[in-house]
Amino acid sequence: MVVSLCLLLLCQLLGEVLARATNLPVPGPVIGMVLLFLLLLLRNHIPFVPRETRDGSLAGVCRGLLQNLSLLFVPAGVGVVQRLDLLARYGVGLGIAIVASTVITLLVSVAAFRVASKLFTTDDIGGQV
Amino acid sequence: MSDPSFALWVYLSKTPLLWLALTLLSYAVADRIAAATGRHPLANPVLMAVCMIAALLLITRTPYPVYFNGAQFVHFLLGPATVALAWPLYENRSLVRRSLLPMLVALGLGSVTAILSVVLIARGFGIPASILASVAPKSVTAAVAMGISTSLGGDASLTAVAVIVTGIIGAMVVTPMMNALGIKDWRARGFAVGIASHGIGTARAFQVHPIAGTFAGVAMGLNALLTAFLVPIILRALGI
Repeated sequence: MVVSLCLLLLCQLLGEVLARATNLPVPGPVIGMVLLFLLLLLRNHIPFVPRETRDGSLAGVCRGLLQNLSLLFVPAGVGVVQRLDLLARYGVGLGIAIVASTVITLLVSVAAFRVASKLFTTDDIGGQV
Repeated sequence: MSDPSFALWVYLSKTPLLWLALTLLSYAVADRIAAATGRHPLANPVLMAVCMIAALLLITRTPYPVYFNGAQFVHFLLGPATVALAWPLYENRSLVRRSLLPMLVALGLGSVTAILSVVLIARGFGIPASILASVAPKSVTAAVAMGISTSLGGDASLTAVAVIVTGIIGAMVVTPMMNALGIKDWRARGFAVGIASHGIGTARAFQVHPIAGTFAGVAMGLNALLTAFLVPIILRALGI
């Protein structure tokens, strides 16, 4: 578990370093995700890759984190107590805007995905997965 | 409150331990409630846990920074959890590769829609420009959204609230909405919720189906990149 956690943190760290170095508005953890993905793809072709990437240990740590992903948003969400003044003033308008925008975005995205999937894929994997 | 217990409260409320423990406890309780409802979309565990702790902070008059001193240990894990998305992505890489084109089309249209719709609707309600800049990146994960908002003169803590609300709304409506529309494609369902409501939507998607979760995770990562570029362009085009 220690090695797996270490791998996740190192990928994130390297991601942060790359984000700062390139000055791109890309979040460090997202670059870290790409780096870990590349490591998994190439793990049989590069030396000194820890066995935790193969023996299920890393998979277990990743699964554990992702199963409890919701929990990780609680501290930021509680930040609502700091903004109660603004919410009292603009809360209704903001609330309607956020709810409507989220629903519209879901509709547009899912429609775009389905239409593009029907247009561009010869094997219709969509209906079966 | 009598003196000894008050002194104990003063001591405990200043240690990270109390608020860390209460964050986990409230989430554990919220998650049990959600499980008891058969994971009903309206019984969102993030929403319930946030309400419990926010109420507790307001009742005990605890400032948010004191709370966050303990809760930051949980908050910190958002980074490694984002990196961990590489695993489901790796496991489903062939399906993801075969779906590249629909993903890119949905990403482009969805990302623009997410920014444009919230800004236009909020502006319709007469909400000032600085607040519009704070909510424009609401569909991407908190750390990225707060960075975008700050660079445009927005209010990062308001952005964080908008991001969490967006996530919770998406997680609550996605399942009933997609079921009502008769959409059975887990890739499309997951990808849409990842674009619309980032990590909280992704967490919901993982609860519903692993393929949906994977595609939501990919969508969330890609949308974080694209939104960072699009928000300044769209706000400038709208004259904000």
